[in-house]
Amino acid sequence: AMDTDLSSQDRKDLDKFIKFFALKTVQVIVQARLGEKICTRSSSSPTGSDWFNLAIKDIPEVTHEAKKALAGQLPAVGRSMCVEISLKTSEGDSMELEIWCLEMNEKCDKEIKVSYTVYNRLSLLLKSLLAITRVTPAYRLSRKQGHEYVILYRIYFGEVQLSGLGEGFQTVRVGTVGTPVGTITLSCAYRINLAFMSTRQFERTPPIMGIIIDHFVDHPYPSSSPMHPCNYRAGEDNAAVYPSVEDSQEVCTTSFSTSPPSQCVFTVTKAHFQTPPPVVTDTLKVPVMGLAFSHQLSSSRLSYQPAALGVGSADMGYPVLFAGGLNAAHPHQLIGPGKEGGVPPVPSHPAHGTQADQERMCTPLDGVHYSAATPSSSEDTETVSNSSEGKCGSPHDLLETIFIRKVGAFVNKPINQVTMANLDIPFAMFAPKNVELEDNDPMVNPPESPETESPLQGSLHSEGSSGSSTGNTHDDFVMIDFKPAFSKDDILPMDLGTFYREFQNPPQLSSLSIDIGAQSMAEDLDSLPEKLAVHEKNVKEFDAFVETLQ
Amino acid sequence: SCPLSSRCCAPSGAAPAMNCRAEVLEVSVEGRQVEEAMLAVLHTILLHRSTGKFHYKKEGTYSIGTVGTQDVDCDFIDFAYVRVSSEELDRALRKAVGEFRDALRGSGSNGMGQISLEFYQKKKSRWPFSDECILWELWTIKVNVVNLANEQERQICREKVGEKLCEKIINIVEVMNRHEYLPKMPTQSEVDNVFDTSLKDVQPYLYKISYQITDSLGTSVTTTMRRLIKDTLAL
Repeated sequence: AMDTDLSSQDRKDLDKFIKFFALKTVQVIVQARLGEKICTRSSSSPTGSDWFNLAIKDIPEVTHEAKKALAGQLPAVGRSMCVEISLKTSEGDSMELEIWCLEMNEKCDKEIKVSYTVYNRLSLLLKSLLAITRVTPAYRLSRKQGHEYVILYRIYFGEVQLSGLGEGFQTVRVGTVGTPVGTITLSCAYRINLAFMSTRQFERTPPIMGIIIDHFVDHPYPSSSPMHPCNYRAGEDNAAVYPSVEDSQEVCTTSFSTSPPSQCVFTVTKAHFQTPPPVVTDTLKVPVMGLAFSHQLSSSRLSYQPAALGVGSADMGYPVLFAGGLNAAHPHQLIGPGKEGGVPPVPSHPAHGTQADQERMCTPLDGVHYSAATPSSSEDTETVSNSSEGKCGSPHDLLETIFIRKVGAFVNKPINQVTMANLDIPFAMFAPKNVELEDNDPMVNPPESPETESPLQGSLHSEGSSGSSTGNTHDDFVMIDFKPAFSKDDILPMDLGTFYREFQNPPQLSSLSIDIGAQSMAEDLDSLPEKLAVHEKNVKEFDAFVETLQ
Repeated sequence: SCPLSSRCCAPSGAAPAMNCRAEVLEVSVEGRQVEEAMLAVLHTILLHRSTGKFHYKKEGTYSIGTVGTQDVDCDFIDFAYVRVSSEELDRALRKAVGEFRDALRGSGSNGMGQISLEFYQKKKSRWPFSDECILWELWTIKVNVVNLANEQERQICREKVGEKLCEKIINIVEVMNRHEYLPKMPTQSEVDNVFDTSLKDVQPYLYKISYQITDSLGTSVTTTMRRLIKDTLAL
């Protein structure tokens, strides 16, 4: 009924206008994020190919991507065209900066003249877009790109996803144009929480003096390319509802055989883990270059939650119990799963379908990813690809964090075997034991640092610090021998020098590392409601425990 | 004399139309930022108020030329804006802004003034009456010039003014988006009553730029700006 008011010619024109408007919108946005100044010439004689009477060049690759995303459709109610602008550092961290949305709502303006008024207003809207693209924070970031980071774009069609923008994102409206079939709206939602990446950080390094690339030849663009959308963080501002305790899945309740010293036993009593809410619609298509998982990608995008089984300190509340298998030959070495013995690996990610898809997308071409699920947030490639090979991801690292040092200070004899298998009570490791076991108490002896570490951490502490007598692994110095004065002590078997060597490179507290800290803080906060729910459920136990203390 | 409030009355004396739109923007800038800030605002407005050149054909139809655009980086402000690619238009704006800047610097000025950009239509009257200028949109940009004491303050001012200008651009775009009154597209005989057809590559609506330097009513604004900067430093 609505359409009969519009002549078929008008309708055809209108569809064409909207289609080309969408394509030009994408061009303006992407070109505004290339990092260079744009300049086009005015021409008094119309060339016939300049849509909306504006000289906006068409980068072929961008048009191609936009057409792919639209797939012959037009923005309509519930089907918006979105251009996502994100930043990716040379270390592989990426962050969504903006989402530009071209939407259609149902408010129709029947009276308006299509070929004239609508066209001119679309032209005006493009001019507004030119102006607005220069005033959001991402513009300045994009002008400084090249050395430490690049700006990427991604086009998708369907439902608008703003969760990747972090908390408190702001919206600016570029404008609206009423048409007989609905009102076109163009707006931008942009991140303001650039906390871990301030523009100042990038102002210090000048951008590389680059090769001038002619955009309008079919070259790959160094500064703006279709983003590899495979790994991205779910934003801190999770719109997802935290499921009740019953919904969360338990990650590993597997226990393995206990006695042989080379194996370890561990039980993770509970992992807080969120069931992804089913929000994917079939019309959501995400263009992924060369990958066929567009649907899964979108679903993983919508539903992937950071598995809170990370090295956030809050996770220690659900204690990991284990028995350290100890190799007598190397008292300072610890055996972890996967190293010796046949301990089956533990999946580090939630075991649902999107997991497999995500791992598939971790192709070497993609380089480094930033993934919320694994402990150290700035992963190196090995860790991520390791997890896809089946090696233990987070629980592995978590275990290594807790693995106790074999020989503690002031202890005369090595402890061969500690078995705390099948201990299911919480805080079992801290329960009163004999003296030997106490030496394995991580509270007394600091644990090994996690095996994988972020590049940021690398400079802050040495790798795999074991304090062994083979010398420390400090970058700049190799200590040959250490003879502290007045250090001989008859009472204790170990002298000051040995003590010093052993403990001179304590591992960096994971909660203090820049990236993990921020990351796990967010995770901790996210997981709080669920933890509280669980604690509430166990309140009787806690009360009983408190009773015993009184 | 204008029956409407002084806010709506154009400095040039053009009579505002009943649906005249009047917008006021205020900026506080350092002396050397005046030129760039004014150009940024004026160019942004004119970007929206310029079309390609009209070419009239038979039967009253016309085609429209193409408007190019270019990015402009400011030297004294952390800011960039888009302007129409027309050297003639840029020259005209620079001339007006330059005069305004000089007047602000001159004696008798306390660093406060305003620049006005009016869009008007000409309405031809019969002899002996002269043509009327009907104002349909009026933009007033109020400027307060501040004097800063040291380099640190200047650096903060660079950023703050940049942020303020971003806000102004958003304000301007918001006004433009209201799709309120615009003169009807004219016939060939009327085109000079609506558009400035003197430029060779673009066609802005008829406009006029004028300015006023106001006497200071006190140094309250300058003090506020200083306090803003000091507060920022204190943080």
